[in-house]
Amino acid sequence: MSKQSQPSNSRATADEQNSVAVIEADAPEQAKLSADREAVKKGQKQHLADYDRKTLVELLRQMLLIRRFEEKSAEAYSMGKIGGFCHLYIGQEAVAVGAISAIRKDDYVLTSYRDHGQAIAKGMSPDAVMAELFGKAGGCSQGKGGSMHLFDKDIAFLGGHAIVGGQIPLATGVAFATKYQGTDQVTLCFFGEAAVNQGAFHESFNMAQLWKLPCIYICENNQYGMGTSLQRAMSLHDISQKAYAYEMASEFVDGMDVLAVKEATARAVERARKDYLPTLIEVRTYRFMGHSMSDPGNYRTRAEIEKYQERDPLKVFAATLREEKIISDKDYEAMEKQVQADVEHALRFAEESPLPAPEKLYTDVYANPIEPGKS
Amino acid sequence: MAVITMREALNQALREEMLRDEKVFLMGEEVAEYQGAYKVTKGLLQELGPKRVIDTPITELGFAGLGVGAAMVGLRPIVEFMTFNFSILATDQIINSAAKMLYMSGGQFKIPIVFRGPGGSAYQVSSQHSQAIESWFAYFPGLKVVMPSTPADAKGLLKSSIRDDDPVIFIEQERMYGNKGEVPEDANFTIPLGVADIKREGTDATIVARSLMVPVALKAAEVLQEQGISCEVIDPRTIRPLDIDTIVASVKKTNRVIVAEESHPFCGVAAEISTQIMERAFDYLDAPVKRLSGADVPMPYAKNLETLAIPAVDQVVAAVREVAYLE
Repeated sequence: MSKQSQPSNSRATADEQNSVAVIEADAPEQAKLSADREAVKKGQKQHLADYDRKTLVELLRQMLLIRRFEEKSAEAYSMGKIGGFCHLYIGQEAVAVGAISAIRKDDYVLTSYRDHGQAIAKGMSPDAVMAELFGKAGGCSQGKGGSMHLFDKDIAFLGGHAIVGGQIPLATGVAFATKYQGTDQVTLCFFGEAAVNQGAFHESFNMAQLWKLPCIYICENNQYGMGTSLQRAMSLHDISQKAYAYEMASEFVDGMDVLAVKEATARAVERARKDYLPTLIEVRTYRFMGHSMSDPGNYRTRAEIEKYQERDPLKVFAATLREEKIISDKDYEAMEKQVQADVEHALRFAEESPLPAPEKLYTDVYANPIEPGKS
Repeated sequence: MAVITMREALNQALREEMLRDEKVFLMGEEVAEYQGAYKVTKGLLQELGPKRVIDTPITELGFAGLGVGAAMVGLRPIVEFMTFNFSILATDQIINSAAKMLYMSGGQFKIPIVFRGPGGSAYQVSSQHSQAIESWFAYFPGLKVVMPSTPADAKGLLKSSIRDDDPVIFIEQERMYGNKGEVPEDANFTIPLGVADIKREGTDATIVARSLMVPVALKAAEVLQEQGISCEVIDPRTIRPLDIDTIVASVKKTNRVIVAEESHPFCGVAAEISTQIMERAFDYLDAPVKRLSGADVPMPYAKNLETLAIPAVDQVVAAVREVAYLE
């Protein structure tokens, strides 16, 4: 192991030290599932005092909002209101919410096509997201991007990229630019574990460490690249170890635990702001739905999905907060009601938003369009 | 007016634009300490420092994407490809990121980046190092493609390209780096993109030529002049957006046109120009448009075969005589 890259103590449950154990374990019995869940809650409870109530409640609210938004999107997609691709973030909410809660409003975020969670966590209104999914003029990208290309300059959300791994060099460049310009902004770059096999990942990591760029690379290891499990795609299963090849700091974190993700990200943010050094955070998570809405899902077992649903980041954190009396049942019901209202509002907004005007087909191809022949 | 080489003209453009705007920076392989593989970036590191002039690892896809990301948040990168053959590794970032970012974000993120370097043939550098791929890039809405043929054009167009807010593919030609020409010395001298240049006026036939073929076309025009045929030579300078009006105005005058290029014929720029001439000036043509392209083969190494692969003065002369229905 390289000198600076010892994986620090994450708050992963005791017997799951690396991503392989998850896949190779037998379908666990109920007792063990409950034990895992209790272990996470116990870990979270030990750290609750680090945060004020407002922060904790907001983490929960955001995860709940993303969950209900994604459920509503799935419904809308099934009804034909959303076309093309729709990649849902259900099960992974703790990653976007935990990580983005550790950065400033002026820090940058880039991610893949599975971008609804990060967009909402960064501050995009559910209205603008849903309208974009519907391909309407009121969408964040004016209906010209769609689900995979959510963008919002005002909140430093830089997309939404559909070529696997394409966002990794881009994020590296954003980090390069903030350092060049002398600000202390950092850049979060989210990508799945399958993206790690792309050349762009390796090229970016080399440059980021070589030139000391303030980029935090968050690998959302949900263990499946579409229908291909991690073990079928990768010779080295432990993704956090891949940072060793670049002398880059790395950590392995339980992505079903929003506080663990928040804390790991905060450590990396500190390293980036102070020393301009990048970090790889491998976040082990799980998607409860398919790769996209058109995924038949015959590459994993029901038992495995259910195992992870026992560790549902939303349910676990909600239970932690309720058991520690941070929120009451009534508080939670009120939160649920508000979130439902927000999502319903988004749906209505999307439905009522007009389609883009036909002229928009030809706008924004160039920032300075040139009429040839004119001096 | 100074008489300088193409390489010096490009060097001046880079230097002037980097002095003018501190958001402009340059990166690529060997651009800094080595002084540039073709010496186009000579002296820039010494004058502007390592923050602005950056040697990259051999990592085209990575540094092209890094440039696009930097452009998203306000910098104006100049990314050098040692040759455009290596840009092929970077095409995902050029095409899927740079060309599309503004459109798919609904107008939020412009990408003011220049990808520059030599394209086309050199001298016996064989198939993987001799490719002219401007038509690939010109295919994509969202990119601009520029190909200068003289030192003045190179300087003026490179300055404009750097000031342009869109991704510009700026393709130089290695064989031409040593060519000399008069260049205005005014630091504000620029040439607008999208404007063709009439390099030689004439009345009997039009030769549309770009980059390496421009000097070839001009020599052919002199030979043809002695044979009693007056040729007009048009250099588009910008491939996309194409100043087709200037070309069409010439065709309306001469009624005969050939398009000369060193690139392969299939789906090439000459194919596009021919179609546009046909669409707009069909009734003015006294003969079909003739394309004179490089051989439709990978570039061979042997000196004689390489010479055969690239249109030369004799072939341009023959092509003009063909559209004039002369032997």
